[in-house]
Amino acid sequence: MKSYLLRRLWQSLLVLFGVSVVVFLILHLTGDPAALLLPPDATAEDIAKFRTAMGFDDPVAVQYLRFLKGAVRGDFGESLRHGEPAMALVVERLPATFQLAGAGLLIALCLAIPAGIVSAVRRNTAVDYVSTVVALLGQAMPTFWLGIMLILVFSVRLNWLPSSGRGGLEHLILPAITLGLFTTARITRLTRSGMLEVLGQDYIRTARAKGVGEPPVVWKHALKNASIPIVTIVGIELGTLLGGSVITETIFAWPGVGRLSVQAIFNRDYPVVQSAVFLLASTFVIVNFLVDIVYTYLDPRIRYR
Amino acid sequence: MAARPPSTPADGAHLHPPAAPAAAGVAPLVRPRPWAEREWMTLLRRLVRRRTALFGLLVVLVVMLAAAAAPLVAPFDPLEQDIGQRLREPGWQDAQGRVHALGTDHLGRDILSRIIFGSRIALLVGLAAVVISGVLGMIIGLVAGYFGGRMDDFLMRLADVQLAFPFILLAIAVIGVLGPSLRNIIIVIGVSSWVVYARVVRGEVLSIREREYVHAAVALGSRHWRVLVTHVLPNTFTPWLVVATLDMARVIVIESALSFLGLGVQPPTPTWGGMLADGRVYLSTAWWLATFPGLAILITVLGINLFGDGLRDTLDPRLKV
Repeated sequence: MKSYLLRRLWQSLLVLFGVSVVVFLILHLTGDPAALLLPPDATAEDIAKFRTAMGFDDPVAVQYLRFLKGAVRGDFGESLRHGEPAMALVVERLPATFQLAGAGLLIALCLAIPAGIVSAVRRNTAVDYVSTVVALLGQAMPTFWLGIMLILVFSVRLNWLPSSGRGGLEHLILPAITLGLFTTARITRLTRSGMLEVLGQDYIRTARAKGVGEPPVVWKHALKNASIPIVTIVGIELGTLLGGSVITETIFAWPGVGRLSVQAIFNRDYPVVQSAVFLLASTFVIVNFLVDIVYTYLDPRIRYR
Repeated sequence: MAARPPSTPADGAHLHPPAAPAAAGVAPLVRPRPWAEREWMTLLRRLVRRRTALFGLLVVLVVMLAAAAAPLVAPFDPLEQDIGQRLREPGWQDAQGRVHALGTDHLGRDILSRIIFGSRIALLVGLAAVVISGVLGMIIGLVAGYFGGRMDDFLMRLADVQLAFPFILLAIAVIGVLGPSLRNIIIVIGVSSWVVYARVVRGEVLSIREREYVHAAVALGSRHWRVLVTHVLPNTFTPWLVVATLDMARVIVIESALSFLGLGVQPPTPTWGGMLADGRVYLSTAWWLATFPGLAILITVLGINLFGDGLRDTLDPRLKV
């Protein structure tokens, strides 16, 4: 158990190291970070001066070590547009993104798990068909289109809910549904297939044979075993949610990390872009490490691997 | 591979291409790959029998046809502006009696024609990116699964690194640096989508490499690359194909998301995502601008997903993607 967790911790650190390399390389893709960071009208002389000042003439390995030294302290340089530390700007927006992603995940879990279970238990009934069709549509619907359609119906036509900004609960509803639908669809299908598989197992027949009622069979014996892949996918879906927040936040003018990054890319404010990418990727790695710990409690077999 | 499906003589007879046995009455000594053909036909029939998969296949074929024959199918020039006819409702008839079935946009361009031409970018990016990531993932999966050990550890950590990034965010960051162009979009999506393929192929290889025929080939002195290419690779193709089909849907959504954010193929080339972004501005006055391109994405992606699901259930029901 302990050695397994230590190994996972080591792997997570390795992955974070890899993440830092990629984030570092983003700036070096064109070969000349100085030209990238300066405004397009900068003279060749300015660029050369800036290059020397920033140390872009040093060997790449030296530059990377310098970058890493800053990165572990959360120092990605100053925002070119706002003149503040880039990481501070991103961290400031983090609660808004977490709120949105959390709400999206909550909606997904509350809808998907019951829908998946009912679908599996009442297989090939109208309920199953409706939930399957909704899940298929949900997986095929692009986030940005769904968001725009929700605005069209609930903000423009019905005038029930605000279409942009962050504020009370009413501001959260549309963006959270937009962000959560794809995840809902995915978890619904996964829960359904997981439950169907478990319900066909021998121990379920045994439980039924010894007189356990149907509700405990479904909710206790089956769900507990079907929940293992669901927990895994929740960790992975977090990546989808954080990535999806880029688009959802842009549509609903939600002041989070995703919208900040899109603006930063158009402003060529690369320190902010790097901070945002690094922070969201690290969040994903850390959450998945935590998911693995939960996993070992749910599935004791893993401890002996 | 799965056991060959049992076939009755009557079943097999009409499956052969009529040309082969009828060749001047001389029965060939060896029929060219009869089993493979029969197997493919059986699979095809099983696939067609699933109604949802058939529906998906039809949708995909229609979209592909529309993309290929866009200049013939589209009622208008997708770039032709007509400010006098801007923001006309679906079904609008102009002075010459020509109908804009899905209306016109803010520059008076025909939306249906733009959607038809937009399918070209979507399919092109989809196919090209899937080929790049598919080949990359296939190679990585083969190497990781076959050689194992440190190589496997390294490649799988690389996969974890790739997965740690929110895909869209990394893509827009890199495209923001490189500049948006068709080539860059294809490369960025292609290079960063290899993980699913690598994982599925690796999983297959782990079991294939312990089979007798692989041991036999190694014992006979085959080089590793030869074993990999001639014995292992063909057996990983089926799951690879399923992943590629389903991944194409994902790539199309990503391409339209990039276009929506303004980092896709640049205007005036029509893209579904770009049309949606334009339409968003006119949401309160002209709902059709944003609605129809989105429906085009939805229907295409749904079609590919249904076909992919059918393909998976027919070819490899155990596969979880």
